Amino acid sequence: MDFIRKQVDTLKKPFTKGGKLERLYPAFNAFETMLFVPNHTTSKGSHIRDGVDLKRTMITVIIALVPALFYGMYNTGYQYYIQTDIQFTFIDAVLHGAYKIFPMIAVSYAVGLAIEFAFAVYRNHPVNEGYLVTGLLIPMIMPIDMPLWMLAISVIFAVLIAKEAFGGTGMNILNPALTARAFAFFAYPTFMSGDKVWVSEASNVDGISGETILGTLAANGEVAYSSASMFMGSIPGSVAETSVFFVLIGALLLIITGVGSWRIMLSGVIGASVVGILFNLWGANSLMSFEWYNHLLVGGFAFGIVFMATDPVSAAQTTKGKWIYGFLVGVFCILIRVFNPAYPEGVMLAILLMNVFAPLIDHYVIETNVSMRRKRWRDVKLETT
Amino acid sequence: MSKDISIKAGANLNLKGLASTELEVAKMSLDYALNPDDFFGLIPRMLVKEGDKVSLGQPIFHDKNNESIKIVSPVNGKILEIVRGAKRKILNVIIRKEGDTSINYKIPNLSSISKDKIMELLVESGSLAYIRQRPYNIIAKPDRLPKSIFVSIHSTAPYAADYGFILKNRMDEFQNGVNVMSKLIGKPINLSISYNCESDFSILNNVELYKIKGVHPSGNESFQINRIDPLNSGEIIWVIKPEDLANIGSFFITGIFNPRRTLAVSGECLRSPKYYDTIIGSSISSLVDSKELSSIEDYRFINGDPLSGSKVEYSDFLGYYNNTLSVIKEGNQYRMLGWLPFIYNSVPSLSKTSLSWLLGGQKKVNTNLNGEERAIVVTGEMEKYFPMDIFPMQLIKACMTGDIEKMESLGIYEVVPEDFGLVDFSCTSKIEAQEIVKNGIELMLKEVG
Repeated sequence: MDFIRKQVDTLKKPFTKGGKLERLYPAFNAFETMLFVPNHTTSKGSHIRDGVDLKRTMITVIIALVPALFYGMYNTGYQYYIQTDIQFTFIDAVLHGAYKIFPMIAVSYAVGLAIEFAFAVYRNHPVNEGYLVTGLLIPMIMPIDMPLWMLAISVIFAVLIAKEAFGGTGMNILNPALTARAFAFFAYPTFMSGDKVWVSEASNVDGISGETILGTLAANGEVAYSSASMFMGSIPGSVAETSVFFVLIGALLLIITGVGSWRIMLSGVIGASVVGILFNLWGANSLMSFEWYNHLLVGGFAFGIVFMATDPVSAAQTTKGKWIYGFLVGVFCILIRVFNPAYPEGVMLAILLMNVFAPLIDHYVIETNVSMRRKRWRDVKLETT
Repeated sequence: MSKDISIKAGANLNLKGLASTELEVAKMSLDYALNPDDFFGLIPRMLVKEGDKVSLGQPIFHDKNNESIKIVSPVNGKILEIVRGAKRKILNVIIRKEGDTSINYKIPNLSSISKDKIMELLVESGSLAYIRQRPYNIIAKPDRLPKSIFVSIHSTAPYAADYGFILKNRMDEFQNGVNVMSKLIGKPINLSISYNCESDFSILNNVELYKIKGVHPSGNESFQINRIDPLNSGEIIWVIKPEDLANIGSFFITGIFNPRRTLAVSGECLRSPKYYDTIIGSSISSLVDSKELSSIEDYRFINGDPLSGSKVEYSDFLGYYNNTLSVIKEGNQYRMLGWLPFIYNSVPSLSKTSLSWLLGGQKKVNTNLNGEERAIVVTGEMEKYFPMDIFPMQLIKACMTGDIEKMESLGIYEVVPEDFGLVDFSCTSKIEAQEIVKNGIELMLKEVG
């Protein structure tokens, strides 16, 4: 360790004050602090500090994403081989998935981090860790066959417009990863919907019909999958959103470590269930009569509610607000699915919509507290006069 | 009869090296110092010059804006030096102890003493400095009496002194202080003790007794006030530290200002952390010598507890109010890949991203920041360590933007910086919450008063 530290110190010299590369210090700092927690000691406030920092929090989210990502790789290969009737093993499926997914992850990180570093150097502040999670989330919620240039443009849009324009990590109103997804969805609509994008190579190989369940439902078709396969995730869909089981493993880690808000997750499930049950009772069309518990299993609902809705920056920030926010995400997700078949997947739009309303929810929660305090003041004044 | 109060959120840090309940009379300090920074909001105007002879209880400086707020000498001696910093700011008034004279006041019979006379004696003797006023935690102003007085025996901060132990042999003086103060405001004072301890305090007269059940920060007066008698806009509450109340009680027996200070000296690096009986403003070297700590290099001395105390050098002096002196190792080392979750579990953490909470036992700490400051990202974290009906994060943001109206409506009157000690500690983004709130309160003091 001492040896590595010495090497880093030597490398650091040109980046420190007065050095040739002084302006690039934030970029160097990002790498240095990745390798070593710095030797900074407290100067103001509490003299002792918790071991946790933003890096640890973000890495915990990434660890929580790994099971879903790994299953996504397998499922990508599985969908491809099963539809093309080629004999395959587990390893083949994973390798095919990895071959398709790793370039997407690499592009997402390379493009996104380049912008983050550029802004950090330009504004002379340390590189924030937020993009470590966003950069992995973006490829996980895209269709597998998305051209890399399209992915790159989506990332640029998300980081520049959704995040840096508002002041960077911690200041954004919309979840950056979902903004990338929404951008791709609206900018390349023919590519982002239909039945040719959800299974690897579907547009090149004739035999593949890769329609998603929600797409089938929106077109009034029959669903050919059981609840069990929806839960395990062996269905067509975006890269890593299909398996509820593996998403739940991640959710468990987020809840145990306290990194993700269980309140948002639980209230989201309650909201979606309530609306789903109501629609089941109504049952006017195939989307309405689609069992409410299957609504929780298909599409990106589970992934969205666990990893996207809980993004602390764009979600509601007060405890009460989180309950309301999560509940409404669930409600709107099913509403959009059922009432607007042009957008078969409602969770993305539901979360983005509630991102916009989260500050309003918080405002009213805080106002209640303020008016309670002001009432107490008034009561005392009345007593004394 | 006592009332039970349960304060739910928070956490005890359980640091290694807590002072054992063993009292030693400290070595006599050669020099004593008064530091104007110990008195929040006070702008000192000196009443003595270098070389002047001063008696115990003689005013050394008073507040520029209010002459009745005066700080008196804790010893008899002569002014050795007035240490000034940038812009001639007074950093320390150092007094060398010589001889043994003191200013004596005649104390009338306490059963027939008037409120005005009590106040006059508090002001003249300098004992008023022992009383602090909420909002803002400034020295009490003598022109207005508070709606109630709070004294908390229940102390929960890491390394906090045990007031039951400190006052064991001073119960008469403490009761006398209670009597005088309750006479002054015409009602019993609010005394809070820990839930599970049947102590000598439960048989006192003129007190309203509360038993507090809860971990840190339930020992901070703000959280108790919020539950017992919340502070409203325009109201005043006084807060007195238990030993200071005994000192006031002692003054109303002897007529001499009592500067006694019993101090818990804690730290994992100390050979035998214990309590010392000494005087306000004593030098730190009179408490921690080379027998206790072989080398002072790489250690930080803190007047107060590690969460909210103030950093001092070994050559400095004790603060005016602190009953705790903490010694902690400086953490100026790198930690390779230290941000990995579940790896460095020996670093204390309230977050579940470390197994620290599972390990139990007493924790070793140092002053490493354990990361870098970032924008606030994680939400719902501060609320866990702030058991009051106030939104801590929103209040901190209001303080950052200096929005007075917002600060007021979010409850700035009810808090003091030290209430945010655990928020500082646990914050993922390493926000300096106490500093931000302190600046906010300073702004309120200046703009609203």
